[in-house]
Amino acid sequence: MSDINTDGNPVVRMVNITKHFPGVLANDQVNLTLHRGEILALLGENGAGKSTLMNMLVGLYRPDSGEIFVKEKHVEIHSPQDSMALGIGMIHQEFMLVGNMTVAENIILGMKDLPFVPPMAEIKAKITELSKRYGLQVYPDKVIQDLSVGEQQRVEILKLLYRGADILILDEPTAVLTPKESRDLNEILKKMLAEGKSAIFITHKMDEVMEFSHTVQVLRRGKSVSSCPTKTIKKVQDLANMMVGRDILFSLERGPYNPGEIMVETKDVTVYPIGGGKPVLDSVSLSIRGGEILGIAGVAGNGQQQLTEALTGLLKVDSGSIFLNGKDMTNKTPLQIIKNGVSHIPADRGRMGVVGDMSVGDNLSMKKYRTEELSSHSIIKRGWVRKFADHLIEVFTIKTPSQDTRVKFLSGGNIQKTILAREIDSCGGILIAVYPSRGLDVGATEAVRQNLIKQRDKGNAVLLVSEELEELMMVADRIAVMFEGRIMDTVDAKNASIENLGMLMAGVQGGQV
Amino acid sequence: MNFFDFFTRLLAATLAMGTSLTYATLGEVFTEKTGVLNLGMEGTMLMGALAGFATAFNTGSLFLGLLMAMFVGAILSLLHAFLCITMRANQVVSGLAITMFGTGLANFLGQRLGPATNRFNLTGMNLSSKFDNISIPLLSDIPIIGALFNVSILTYALYFLLPFAWFFMYKTKYGMVVRAVGENPKTAASMGISVSKIRYLYTTLGGVFAGLGGACLSLSFIPSWNEGMTGGKGWIVIALVIFSTWNPGRVVIGTLVFGGITSLQFSLQAAGFRMVIPAQFLGFSPYLITLLVLSIMTIVNQKKKGSFASPAALGTSFAIDDK
Amino acid sequence: MRLGLEKRDYRSKRMVVLVPIISLLISFILGALVLALVKANPIQTYSAMIRGAFGSQTRTQYTIAKAIPMLLCGLAVGVAFRLKFWNIGAEGQYVSGVIGITWVMQFWTFVPDALLLAVGMLVGILFGALWGGIPGVLKAQWGVDETLTTLMMNYIIIGYAEYLYITAWKAPRGNMGTILYPEAAWLPRIWGRVHAGIYFALILVVILWFVLYKTRWGFELNMIGKNQRAARCQGVSIRKNIILAMLLSGGIAGLAGVIDSAAITHQLTKGVNSGYGFTGIIVAWMSGLNPFASIIVALIMAALETGSDALQILRLPSAMGEVMQGLILIPLLAGSVFTDYKLVVHTKHKEATA
Repeated sequence: MSDINTDGNPVVRMVNITKHFPGVLANDQVNLTLHRGEILALLGENGAGKSTLMNMLVGLYRPDSGEIFVKEKHVEIHSPQDSMALGIGMIHQEFMLVGNMTVAENIILGMKDLPFVPPMAEIKAKITELSKRYGLQVYPDKVIQDLSVGEQQRVEILKLLYRGADILILDEPTAVLTPKESRDLNEILKKMLAEGKSAIFITHKMDEVMEFSHTVQVLRRGKSVSSCPTKTIKKVQDLANMMVGRDILFSLERGPYNPGEIMVETKDVTVYPIGGGKPVLDSVSLSIRGGEILGIAGVAGNGQQQLTEALTGLLKVDSGSIFLNGKDMTNKTPLQIIKNGVSHIPADRGRMGVVGDMSVGDNLSMKKYRTEELSSHSIIKRGWVRKFADHLIEVFTIKTPSQDTRVKFLSGGNIQKTILAREIDSCGGILIAVYPSRGLDVGATEAVRQNLIKQRDKGNAVLLVSEELEELMMVADRIAVMFEGRIMDTVDAKNASIENLGMLMAGVQGGQV
Repeated sequence: MNFFDFFTRLLAATLAMGTSLTYATLGEVFTEKTGVLNLGMEGTMLMGALAGFATAFNTGSLFLGLLMAMFVGAILSLLHAFLCITMRANQVVSGLAITMFGTGLANFLGQRLGPATNRFNLTGMNLSSKFDNISIPLLSDIPIIGALFNVSILTYALYFLLPFAWFFMYKTKYGMVVRAVGENPKTAASMGISVSKIRYLYTTLGGVFAGLGGACLSLSFIPSWNEGMTGGKGWIVIALVIFSTWNPGRVVIGTLVFGGITSLQFSLQAAGFRMVIPAQFLGFSPYLITLLVLSIMTIVNQKKKGSFASPAALGTSFAIDDK
Repeated sequence: MRLGLEKRDYRSKRMVVLVPIISLLISFILGALVLALVKANPIQTYSAMIRGAFGSQTRTQYTIAKAIPMLLCGLAVGVAFRLKFWNIGAEGQYVSGVIGITWVMQFWTFVPDALLLAVGMLVGILFGALWGGIPGVLKAQWGVDETLTTLMMNYIIIGYAEYLYITAWKAPRGNMGTILYPEAAWLPRIWGRVHAGIYFALILVVILWFVLYKTRWGFELNMIGKNQRAARCQGVSIRKNIILAMLLSGGIAGLAGVIDSAAITHQLTKGVNSGYGFTGIIVAWMSGLNPFASIIVALIMAALETGSDALQILRLPSAMGEVMQGLILIPLLAGSVFTDYKLVVHTKHKEATA
């Protein structure tokens, strides 16, 4: 990243900010300074306090103590509208857009000084002008739910610019973009900086920090542990250590690659969306052998979800076939597939992986309650369930007050451990893991990855869908890249390069860079 | 009776009975559009009918009756809003509770607010006046559609209210807020909109209209009071909201159809047709049709998402600090 | 100084028990206010109601007899609610049961008298199950929202029942109503007004408790109600279970109708829709879907009804019972938030000086 083009004036100063939530100190005397024309990367693990800190800049939370200065004036930000008035706007990880309204409507939603009947023609013209100026390619009449994720993000940016923001906060902006789209975003940001705007982006990805920021500030467990110009960082390893506070393992123990029989096979699987149109899965053919991990790379939304749902029986395929353990399992019910030895760690752990209002023990027994291990003659034996749950809680070090605690009260990492415990314990040869380390801190992520490798070493077939190329290259034996429902190519993880994978992810066929 | 007369009468009857339904449906459309399901319609309408009648009977003023009905409707729906929004109660059960309470209270008060001469009972009493039809000369003589110009002032008001409601929803900034809150409350909150304020406002407004709808029955259509006189219309309102795909512009279609079928029964009798179909069948046909239409619409909806979908956040509660 | 609600990180067991009791008390206080508003003496009214419900052996028998269908409907609704399937149609399913048994009693002349009751009950239960199953299928197969379908089904079958007892099946004598069932096929009384139906109800409580809390199927129903998507991921068939549960739900409500007609009314006539289906909703909700708790709640609801019947004689408003029934739910709904949230007081924070 080039040097900052700044006049050295701080546009934002957060001084000794402290914030409590029940049971946790989210921010502990944090100081942060942002200069004009600067991009600051706020780095830290999940739960380090980055989002909390930024949410206070946009009025969603209020600090328990400490002060905020914007353009050297002391301010109190009580609402998103206050922060907008100060020129501060935030783009959240989950876009704040109303799906069934148009771009223009979303951009003006909630604006104070609108007349009773907003003059749509004028508004649309202004949107188009701003869009051209910053190269955003945003069209005011399109409906949000028809836009791609990258386009939606650009609408969010335009929304802030339209309202006069000159300090933009982006929360994990590249999580949903292809490498090319990320570079485009960088160009857009550069254009904005040239006009005197500034940005903070929240991330836990170190490569993003190195590429996009002038300054990096690291938060760890609510405290600010360091803040320095990015170009002074020599090794990415140093950043990681600052984030976690200890030397973390970057390589995982794995056994030799000795794949056995083909256990999972799909042939030309195709799925059309309701209402017709382009297929969401387009002639997908792949195979996974026992003792190997096949990674699926690609930007979220290119068919990965549908692929795993087809494999687990949650989605009907329109044509093609699926073989599990040699048996034709195309369009069979989830129950039949489970009985065939398939374990599934779903993408959305809260909504698909556990029943939040049921206890940890109940959740752990959801795979085996039908079997003789936990029930007899249709009656669930509570005593057996308790012993079973206690055992799993110990083996997988699930932190919970008791096995009767409702799962929704556990931390994200422990919820994932519960799911892991249940699925791995009952795994009959095939494990399908979808974004398993999403939202987890480094320690939990390590545990997830190590578990996947352990299963592979045991001779099971593992499918791993992930958004992090680095994770795939570390964990998988082979990597298949999905784009628009097709498998672009499958490569050996050893020979893969980020550039090549990135191109495949963006739909560019063939050839190494 | 000739062809034209029959249909003119049918339209007139439809308009008369449909007015009540339309007010309540319009109110509930706005309520549901912000994401709140109010199954308390039946109880609220009945309370509106009672409040309107009791006030008009005891004070002699129809207008006051109307006001009282709207006020009572507002209070009941405010209660529902409080339970669902602030106390995060289950919206389905809360609505049912309001209906049970409203129905019970209406019947109860009906037994106490009448004249001493009738044991304080309001049942069977009559008003000295009602909201009568006002006919516009010349226009009201046109065959069939003439009936549109020979209706009560309550119905005339709808001719302006309905287009305005549509305009409000889709062309004004307030309508945008309503739509956003019901579709994606998180986004609305992030844009500085107070989701609970909006929901309180439009739920209460829905109650105002429901009370008004009830009063239309007791002060205009059937100007008297009988226990349970809404007879399930409040439930039809809920169906009509779905039927009009939460779009104020389409409300009129549903009410014409349903009002029409219900009126058909009486119109046929008045025309002297022998009842080939038993009266009870016509009686429950609106409910049967609602069921069929609802099922068909849902099935069709599955094939194409879009303008027929319900507000995404309907029935859910929303709180900023929930992690 | 602001009041706010903060999420708890555990579920308060104390509140689960306290809230229904406190809501009951609050509703009595509110009811007293309503009475005072219309210049009726609350104390007089309430004591008249208590006497009306339990004042004598006969009155107690009436109350218990009324509690039986309320309990059954509460159990029926409770089964459906467990899956978060809003069965508002218990009223119609009850009526279907009566239609079923009446059909047998009146037209199945080939059945010997000794078996008439058993066959009639079975058919009635089947009719109820069917009437509950239809909305179940609509939801399971096509996702049609059940709140409205079950509701509409009520009015359809009530209208049809009216047609039957006024026209098609009307007994030759009298204005309306079918002929009475043959005496040999009546459900016998065991203690005054209390009839053998009470055995069915109590046995069902135990069976349901066992099925819902101890068996695999009960576990699956629980999963579906609490997180349908996760249940599906675990191989639980949502469709099959919704339909099965609704067949069961409708059948139990049908049983309620069957018992009432076999033991008390002995015919299909006006008034067959006595509101038990709707009371069942209160019973289910207030008892937290627990079959044993439903017994107590059903008794309370029944007491409210028989209690308010007695009010007519004293020239006090008889619709008071209806008012109370609605009033009970409201504080309960408001109070249930306290099991998952606690009340906090926000005081202004003093800014720390830099």
